[in-house]
Amino acid sequence: MTHPDFLWRNPDPRPAYDVVIVGGGGHGLATAHYLANNHGITNVAVLERGWLAGGNMARNTTIIRSNYLWDESAAIYEHSLKLWEGLSAELDYDLQFSQRGVLNLAHNLGDVREGRRRVNANRLNGVDAEWLGPEEVKKFCPVVNVSGSARYPVMGATLQRRGGIAKHDHVAWALARSADGHGVDLIQGCEVTGFEITSNRVVAVRTSRGRIAAGKVALAAAGHTSVLAAQAGLRLPLQSHPLQALVSELLEPVLDCVVMSNAVHVYVSQAHKGELVMGAGIDAYNSYGQRGGVHVIEAQMAAALELFPIFSRVRVLRTWAGIVDVSPDASPIIGRTPVDGLYVNAGWGTGGFKATPGSGWVYADTIAHDRPHPLAEPFALERFTTGALIDEHGAAAVAH
Amino acid sequence: MLLLDCPHCGPRDENEFHYGGQAGVPYPAGETTDEEWAAYVFVRDNPKGWFRERWFHVHGCRTWFTVERHTVTHEIRKPG
Repeated sequence: MTHPDFLWRNPDPRPAYDVVIVGGGGHGLATAHYLANNHGITNVAVLERGWLAGGNMARNTTIIRSNYLWDESAAIYEHSLKLWEGLSAELDYDLQFSQRGVLNLAHNLGDVREGRRRVNANRLNGVDAEWLGPEEVKKFCPVVNVSGSARYPVMGATLQRRGGIAKHDHVAWALARSADGHGVDLIQGCEVTGFEITSNRVVAVRTSRGRIAAGKVALAAAGHTSVLAAQAGLRLPLQSHPLQALVSELLEPVLDCVVMSNAVHVYVSQAHKGELVMGAGIDAYNSYGQRGGVHVIEAQMAAALELFPIFSRVRVLRTWAGIVDVSPDASPIIGRTPVDGLYVNAGWGTGGFKATPGSGWVYADTIAHDRPHPLAEPFALERFTTGALIDEHGAAAVAH
Repeated sequence: MLLLDCPHCGPRDENEFHYGGQAGVPYPAGETTDEEWAAYVFVRDNPKGWFRERWFHVHGCRTWFTVERHTVTHEIRKPG
């Protein structure tokens, strides 16, 4: 099979579209794909300030799971996981989706109780989940140190066997090819600099490549959502932080599952190519700088070495950061905004990659029908006023 | 790693400090609507540029203080 030179066109913007999506990352591309595929809406532009999928889509640790605590989260993340299970076939592209299992380790009694509770909550919601004791953890993942004298003793773990990883670039390319094939214009190097709002309805976006009229405008800009929303006069409950990750040099296969630990803030998997991929907690301060402190990486690697002594001589190949938009309850914000025709999909914080297809699915439906998709409804902006928060700080797995 | 200038201890590494978020968020006066209360509890500025923020010298003198930091360059200056 020969690979085509280009998987999508590189068009100039037209003067008007039915829907303009701001942000050409995973969620923006998935939204465009499902707008076309599920709703027949193809007069669509995806505007990307840089290049397609060059932001957080290129910077995440590609972990996919759906073992969240609350019903609302389980429903949307499980919907996403089910879409992942058919996505390679749907997009006719090998996404290297590998359901190798995700362990969430427990290091103290609090972790054990929280983990067992989450397993029960998951099973009640039809999400596969198991509780493993230390010996079962060792059997499932032999390179984890479960000795009683370990700095962070492994007292058990939750296991979601259907969880795993996928190849992030392939996901972006496949979604972009599909959207482009349906006639969606993917416009790179096009920064949105303002919104035209008439009688409280958005009618156009101003961009570095001129004015583009829009029937509807959908934000999908992750860490830069606050900057865009401010141009529309909106203040959102979001704070942007660096989230760092790193990869090692390439290794022979040594780790065939995903291991996460809330308590010590590290999550590790081995990519198909061979590098160990590790993520950290967020840097505490607000930033758009796409870099963080070395001490955060140092703490993460120290924890990783306690859990995996076998990695002690592995070299770090590179580290980087993405800018994640964190909401007060560690759950996303999806839906309409106070401006008619302007939609927001943000606040995925540290865990947006796993939600890529599910997010695109419910967002496209919300935009197409101008009302929240049932799975998106609990994640509306109004919850911060009503108090109906969806507190996923436990299941989000990364300190917020 | 940031080098933060504690008003009591002088310049110290970032990992001696705890981050406190936006500085100068006033407690709402008088009767508040649900929207005003939600904004006070949950919404903070999130600018791309200069930002006035609180830091706590948790592993030092335990002083809270305000700095201005640029959220792209991470440059720090004394608040004006």
